Amino acid sequence: MVSPTIDLVIEFALMLAIGAAMAILFLFISHLLAPKSKNPNKDQPYECGVVPESDARAPMNVHYYLVAVLFVLFDLEAVFIYPWAISLRELGTSALVEMFVFIVILLVGYFYAWKKGVFEWE
Amino acid sequence: MSADPHTDTHGAAVDTHGHDSHGHDAHGNGCAPAGPKRPTTEELIARKAATRQEIEPGADLMTISIGPQHPSTHGVYRIVLDLDGEIIVDGRPEVGNLHRGIEKLCENRTYHQIVPLTDRLDYIASFAMNHGFCEAAEKLMGLEVPDRGRYIRTIAHELARLSNHILWLGIHVMDLGTQTFFCICFRDREYILDLWEMLCGARLTHSFARIGGVAKDLPDGFEYRCRKVMEFLPKRVAEYERIVKNNRIYYKRAKGVGVFTAEDCYAWRVTGPPLRSAGIARDLRKDEPYAAYGEVDFDVAVEYNADVYDRFLVRMKEIRESCKIILQCLDQMPDGDFISKDAGHVLPRKSEVMRQSGAMIQDFNQVFRGPQAPKGEVYRAIEVPKGEMGVYIRSEGGGKPARVRFTTPSFYHGQALPALAKGEMIADMVAIFASIDVVLGDCDR
Amino acid sequence: MPDTAWHIIEVVVMLLLPLLMAGGLTVVERRLLGQLQDRYGPNRVGVMGEMQVLADAVKLLGKEDWIPPFADRPVFVAAPAIILMSVLASFAVIPLTSGFAVADLNVGLLFFLAMSSLGVYSVALAGWSSRSKYPLLGGLRAAAQLLGYEVFMGMSLLGVVMMAGSFDLSTIVEGQRGLWYVGPQFVGFVVFFIAGLAETRRTPFDLPEAESELVAGYHAEYSAMKFGIFYVGEYLGITLVSALMTVLFFGGWLGPILPGWTWFLLKTSILILVVIVVRAALPRVRYDQLMSFGWKVMLPLTLINLLVTAAVILAT
Repeated sequence: MVSPTIDLVIEFALMLAIGAAMAILFLFISHLLAPKSKNPNKDQPYECGVVPESDARAPMNVHYYLVAVLFVLFDLEAVFIYPWAISLRELGTSALVEMFVFIVILLVGYFYAWKKGVFEWE
Repeated sequence: MSADPHTDTHGAAVDTHGHDSHGHDAHGNGCAPAGPKRPTTEELIARKAATRQEIEPGADLMTISIGPQHPSTHGVYRIVLDLDGEIIVDGRPEVGNLHRGIEKLCENRTYHQIVPLTDRLDYIASFAMNHGFCEAAEKLMGLEVPDRGRYIRTIAHELARLSNHILWLGIHVMDLGTQTFFCICFRDREYILDLWEMLCGARLTHSFARIGGVAKDLPDGFEYRCRKVMEFLPKRVAEYERIVKNNRIYYKRAKGVGVFTAEDCYAWRVTGPPLRSAGIARDLRKDEPYAAYGEVDFDVAVEYNADVYDRFLVRMKEIRESCKIILQCLDQMPDGDFISKDAGHVLPRKSEVMRQSGAMIQDFNQVFRGPQAPKGEVYRAIEVPKGEMGVYIRSEGGGKPARVRFTTPSFYHGQALPALAKGEMIADMVAIFASIDVVLGDCDR
Repeated sequence: MPDTAWHIIEVVVMLLLPLLMAGGLTVVERRLLGQLQDRYGPNRVGVMGEMQVLADAVKLLGKEDWIPPFADRPVFVAAPAIILMSVLASFAVIPLTSGFAVADLNVGLLFFLAMSSLGVYSVALAGWSSRSKYPLLGGLRAAAQLLGYEVFMGMSLLGVVMMAGSFDLSTIVEGQRGLWYVGPQFVGFVVFFIAGLAETRRTPFDLPEAESELVAGYHAEYSAMKFGIFYVGEYLGITLVSALMTVLFFGGWLGPILPGWTWFLLKTSILILVVIVVRAALPRVRYDQLMSFGWKVMLPLTLINLLVTAAVILAT
């Protein structure tokens, strides 16, 4: 008799393994069946049919990188909210007030970011 | 959504009444100043500055080539963009990928033979191109087009404008990401193409104009069908406007994007709907009437915000005006010849060629020697759907021109794209490029 | 061991069913779009064009499997595999009917969120590893878009979680015996629907591929089955989001007379059709509009929804 946890792990492992196997199988079959032809003209990045003027690895301006930082913040916040949400009924009103305070504090930073124009294109 | 003009008129009429803001546009007032919605030039410049991003010097730029093989360059236009992220810092347009040497070919053809070549300029509205060339050639030869010919030309020209604008609308909205509207527009353009098929047998490259008139008289039943379609199209336009205007995403994508003031338009020789959307009521049909435009009553569509959205509004108004013009032409259609009887410059009717020796000789002369034009040079500009098209002909006598030059709107609109799109995003560039309506056949020639 | 056999059946069903639905969807979408756009769509292969899936699969297998020599080879190959794996694994927690789920996890919803975050990697890495400009721009767009919408996608579900008091999808479905959560959690549903469209990169949020701007965006350099996997992955994503919406807001397998799984499939199919109709109706938003809409409108909306739901639950 295996414990339910182990059971779950096995099931997930099975699911992931079959999923991965399928992906690899698709790629492999395609690799086997596909015709191959070499042509130097083909070995160029797609740039609307002309020879690229510059490499795509050149440094470029990535906007919205602050959004990525904010994403980390809000996802962490979500990590706090999840357990609260699930045990809301046991924790009662005091927890709601605490959560309210927590979100208000969070919103201060959020509005600061808003004012700073993080959500604009620069 | 049944699409037959004969059956659907009533249902669509209900739609127009439900929709309030357009009924009165169709009855005139198109260019009356509209009070608060009319911004000043300073406001426009401020708006332009507000939508366009400032690029700090020294940013890392990425150079990317949009086109020639790109879905929204409407052919093989190419623009090399310097991008800061997704903001366009600068652009260098490149044309010539569709160059077929039409102007050079013209030097080797008789005037009659050039008419089919002009079809291949702006193939979306090919009659307008035929018409422009014929007007110029007639000016050179001093030909007078009979009244009926002028009226038929006017109808044909407006049909070309209709099919151009309807197709433009579909492509414009498709460049913003919705295919369904494209299909609706294509379906409605079919009615115009069907009319063309009745008129001259062809649907895309008509070659319907002839030096001295048009190729054929109106066929039986054309008037009836044409009236039906012209009564039906304004209702369709109301539906387009209802679909597009009520779409918040479209509004956000188009409103205030690609502002191009009248001064900018002058500087870049941008004409046609983009110029009229900047508040300038310049329309050669009105300013220098040709064909029968002097004898019909219509308004020049003008808007004042000079952005993508207003270019859409201008074109929608123009569709309504075109319908009005065609209906008036049908009402006032005079009897008589549709092509001049001048034997020295005009092709005879085919039915006469095989029966009358005079016509046969005339045909022989016209086909092999071409219409004998005097020495000299002419320039004639007309208003084609995309803007102002000019034709310059230099003749050294004989049946063939020494030099033909077309100044087509697409070329100038295409070169203005970097100025239009500077500081906007890639997605806006696509919308702007569609809004200035460029066809590469017209641009590269 | 009948228990193990049952598990294997579950796994096979939950893998094949989504794949079949996604495969079928490629045709259904094209046919439906065709009907909506007054044209036919694919109608030649098979009776109604339904065998088009097979034809497409065979075609994709016969295409040259080109790996660009300038690309980052291992990442380039791994990217499509990641998307297929992450989406398929998410189906493990979806309860098809009462007691029929590969893993009735008590944190099922969190598992889904974790897996959908993995999807970001697939698209962003595909764009980056191609070492080509259009894919790069598409990948950057995808990263910002998916990250931004990930945040409130998770939080939009918290209302449901609070009402059911569990992350377990089966418990959530059981909690909807009286009333589907789409009623009390309408705001949550709308936000989740929009976030789901964005996460599956569907019109009006198809910016990472945006064919009229970036040609094909992040998968511009992909060919053959690797492209096919992205293609199927998109439909798998739609199926997953629709299935999840069914479970969370439309009472999953609950329904009269018919067996549970038919109700589940029926509701899922209807939601999928809604997603397709949305594609037929709407144009694409712009990158900055998308970002400001997500962060300025949707995020505050979810937070308000969260607090109001909590207050209402405690008050009753």
